[in-house]
Amino acid sequence: MGRGPSPLTQRLLLLLLRRAASAAPDKMPAVSKGDGMRGLAVFISDIRNCKSKEAEIKRINKELANIRSKFKGDKALDGYSKKKYVCKLLFIFLLGHDIDFGHMEAVNLLSSNKYTEKQIGYLFISVLVNSNSDLIRLINNGIKNDLTSRNPTFMNLALHCIANVGSREMAEAFAAEIPRILVAGSVIQLLAPLSAADQPIRAVVLVVLHHGQREGVVTAATSLITTLAQKSPDDFKTSVSLAVARLSRIVTSASIDLQDYTYYFVAAPWLSVKLLRLLQCYPPPEDAALRGRLTECLETILNKAQEPPKSKKVQHSNAKNAVLFEAISLIIHHDSEPTLLVRACNQLGQFLQHRETNLRYLALESMCTLASSEFSHEAVKTHIETVINALKTERDVSVRQRAVDLLYAMCDRSNAKQIVAEMLSYLETADYSIREEIVLKVAILAEKYAVDYTWYVDTILNLIRIAGDYVSDEVWYRVIQIVINRDDVQGYAAKTVFEALQAPACHENLVKVGGYILGEFGNLIAGDSRSSPLVQFNLLHSKFHLCSVPTRALLLSAYIKFINLFPEVKATIQEVLRSDSQLRNADVELQQRAVEYLRLSCIASTDILATVLEEMPPFPERESSILAKLKRKKGPGNLPDIDDTRRSVNGNTEHNNNNTETTAKVSSDLLALSPAPSAGASLLVDVFSESSAPAAADVYEDNFARFVCKNNGVLYENQLLQIGLKSEYRQNLGRMYVFYGNKTSTQFLSFTASVGSPDPLNTHILHPVDPTVDGGAQVQQILNIECLSDFTEAPVLNIQFRYGGTLQSIAVKLPIMLNKFFQPTEMMSQDFFQRWKQLGAPQQEVQKIFKAKHPMDTEVTKAKIIGFGAALLDGVDPNPANFVGAGVIHTKSTQVGCLLRLEPNTQAQMYRLTLRTSRDSVSQRLCDLLSEQF
Amino acid sequence: MIKAILIFNNHGKPRLSKFYEHYSEDTEQQIIRETFHLVSKRDENVCNFLEGGMLIGGSDNKLIYRHYATLYFVFCVDSSESELGILDLIQVFVETLDKCFENVCELDLIFHVDKVHNILAEMVMGGMVLETNMNEIITQVDAQNKMEKSEVRIFDHENSQSPSYI
Repeated sequence: MGRGPSPLTQRLLLLLLRRAASAAPDKMPAVSKGDGMRGLAVFISDIRNCKSKEAEIKRINKELANIRSKFKGDKALDGYSKKKYVCKLLFIFLLGHDIDFGHMEAVNLLSSNKYTEKQIGYLFISVLVNSNSDLIRLINNGIKNDLTSRNPTFMNLALHCIANVGSREMAEAFAAEIPRILVAGSVIQLLAPLSAADQPIRAVVLVVLHHGQREGVVTAATSLITTLAQKSPDDFKTSVSLAVARLSRIVTSASIDLQDYTYYFVAAPWLSVKLLRLLQCYPPPEDAALRGRLTECLETILNKAQEPPKSKKVQHSNAKNAVLFEAISLIIHHDSEPTLLVRACNQLGQFLQHRETNLRYLALESMCTLASSEFSHEAVKTHIETVINALKTERDVSVRQRAVDLLYAMCDRSNAKQIVAEMLSYLETADYSIREEIVLKVAILAEKYAVDYTWYVDTILNLIRIAGDYVSDEVWYRVIQIVINRDDVQGYAAKTVFEALQAPACHENLVKVGGYILGEFGNLIAGDSRSSPLVQFNLLHSKFHLCSVPTRALLLSAYIKFINLFPEVKATIQEVLRSDSQLRNADVELQQRAVEYLRLSCIASTDILATVLEEMPPFPERESSILAKLKRKKGPGNLPDIDDTRRSVNGNTEHNNNNTETTAKVSSDLLALSPAPSAGASLLVDVFSESSAPAAADVYEDNFARFVCKNNGVLYENQLLQIGLKSEYRQNLGRMYVFYGNKTSTQFLSFTASVGSPDPLNTHILHPVDPTVDGGAQVQQILNIECLSDFTEAPVLNIQFRYGGTLQSIAVKLPIMLNKFFQPTEMMSQDFFQRWKQLGAPQQEVQKIFKAKHPMDTEVTKAKIIGFGAALLDGVDPNPANFVGAGVIHTKSTQVGCLLRLEPNTQAQMYRLTLRTSRDSVSQRLCDLLSEQF
Repeated sequence: MIKAILIFNNHGKPRLSKFYEHYSEDTEQQIIRETFHLVSKRDENVCNFLEGGMLIGGSDNKLIYRHYATLYFVFCVDSSESELGILDLIQVFVETLDKCFENVCELDLIFHVDKVHNILAEMVMGGMVLETNMNEIITQVDAQNKMEKSEVRIFDHENSQSPSYI
């Protein structure tokens, strides 16, 4: 499983390499004219002359038949013909026709000695051959030959192909080769001695960033470092100072040394953008001088924006603003310099009214992230009128959408009413594509900033009136949740829905809300003769026949609730229930409800009715299901202001953690109707009578921490399944026995269990589990584990099975953590302190001070440290209350010695934990793991 | 990262499609159609960015495009790219095409798809921007052309016997 750098890293490497190689002085023979493939041109002209689609298809089929017969023919084709036919295939493919042959011929072209033929071969492969093609081995062979050919042109073609296909197979095949070539590349020969270090790539790219003369190479290197830095920020910390230095050189230069890369009077805009991106991987530099220099750069960039343009061309302003926007992103990312933030905000404010639509768009987008900073939130708010104006007048829907986003982000209690009102009025004319999102946003803002809930109820009912079709279930569930949970608004809600239902045509969602609320709280308005019980019932029932089955089901439940609330309408309702259209309804659900409710109303005493049909209990407060929906819809990246959701800077969309959490909440949300009915909710579930598929599995990790200091126990349990673990570890190897127990009396079908491991771990399932697990039975699965290098992420166990027709899927974090590969080391006091001193570099030590979560018991603590894997060293620390431990983490690639010290402070109920290891990532991880245990 | 580069004309006929992520052939065609649908209905003078269609990853991705005469140049990128930067890149691409084909028009793209691919390959590789300096790109393209021409010369004499196959 995935060793070595990822394909993306590979690509970036290649990118570098490509630049390096092309800088080599190629010897090109100068020759005169001579060109082309006549056959191809003729064919293309033919196609263009076709009068109809049919004629075109006919011509193409004819050509395909011709090519096929040529390829199949006995006569060996010469390179030129092959090239020509492969080119024709490419053209046909471009027109949207499937190409199912010719791949072999394209691969053959790779071994041609002619540049033109080879090139077409590679082109075909990178456009048409997918990564799992069975030809991949042959292709790899061809590439390998070219890589070793010592012909720079051929090498470039091969590298380019690897970069574009970028498949795992290729990455694996060439992972070793590429850094080697990279180091040999002519431009960076000077780096060779450095690359003898542990991490050749790291050394190489950092030096390129430092010394690289050619801007193109540096741009590529910056892209590479940015990607690597996102993976392991600590390894590339040094790039910050290099990037700042380079940026400062560009920004302040008189652009003499950068002439080649000056684009419409802007010095190296692309490189500047990339550098600013790279810096967004890190917090503001701690070193004051460096920080000052960076601030100076950012200020200069902001200043330049105020200078008169050096050219009227749009390219000039584009390039200049590309850098400016990136600088603003960085300022927002750092979020630490109030003056810069406010300047950025003012600059964006100017752009909001710029005549270039692009700039208005980007300004709205950037301001959205700016709104979430405490320093600039107020400054952003001053632009509210402009933004509202944009919402009303922009011709472009993408810009209007950004305006909606920004209004949402800048909303707080002071301006909520205005913003919600503006959004509602925009909703009436909004584009269909963004209506649902606006509805969600209005619903969230209305709830979040509601001072009095009558406003909230009005807003939601307005929403339903204006855009009923776009009001998703979550929105109207939510209004019901809130009304039920708040006594103060129930009467008002009943009155308002009653009034709203009077409209001749009202949306079905309104009928749902109305039915539910009147069913619960109709009594609160029954005193008024204009809304007497009978009037209420007739009003609801007048909508009944126009509604869909689920709504009718809900209304039937409202009716039975009416029988409880208002005994005087019992006879009327019973009559309705008794009618053939109910009792003999073709829909089973409706029929069943009618029958049951009718019987219930006939036989149950008033007391029983009152108990059965009691008012709904309050819903437990949890995250709004609407918010969860919006998050799911947009991904966290576009949701400023709520939680910590910054735009992911460099394209890695890491929603996973965030999203799984929300789905977890949604699936347990009562109104989301997941199949986990608790006693109190059963009626409600029944009322809504919709069954939904099991929510996508979120990763369960509640018991994870319990396994840090022990190896056996129950990992997971729900009503259906229990998962138990036994595990043993020796050096960098481990074996885990996983037991799956079926707690039901029914068979589980299609049972599968698989493990997704992070790269530094190798997990191997010895044998798959039997796909059926009988009721009450337990099956065992054995997992072999190998630790390749230190890691943080634990593997995830994914289980799927069918139980009673529904697919269950469960994901559990497997408790395989770094400390499992601990071997205890006994040592004397003197040795300990000597080593402790050796590991004195600041990054080798990680310290954490935390509050005790459990009683501070010496024996328990000792047991935990031993369970953690370290040897407990007695008599080492001069203070006998302290605990000291030592051990070695074994991974395949290396062994890491670890020393730890835990100092309890019983008075304050605090601990101080210090870890020193030779590797900072290990110190950090061990500290995180162990500190959670006390 | 750049996910895809598409060129199509005002009627949606693809003139170049280059995907840097793997999609099935069918999906690729659908993406081209979807993108054309999204882009073509927009007025002139609106902004050059919009959220990507569902097939190519929805709102995580942006479409950045320019419309020149009969052709749309569309870059589909993720959030790691600077919008204005890509806009400039499109401009560089088109200017380069213009220099290489001397007043480029749609016909040039139709008859020389391979050349367009090669020029693009000088600028973007594996979805990453490789070179932005037009002079540099043109130098490389010229070198390629020379090499092609030289081969036609050399191998004309040898009655071109194909080399050994794999």
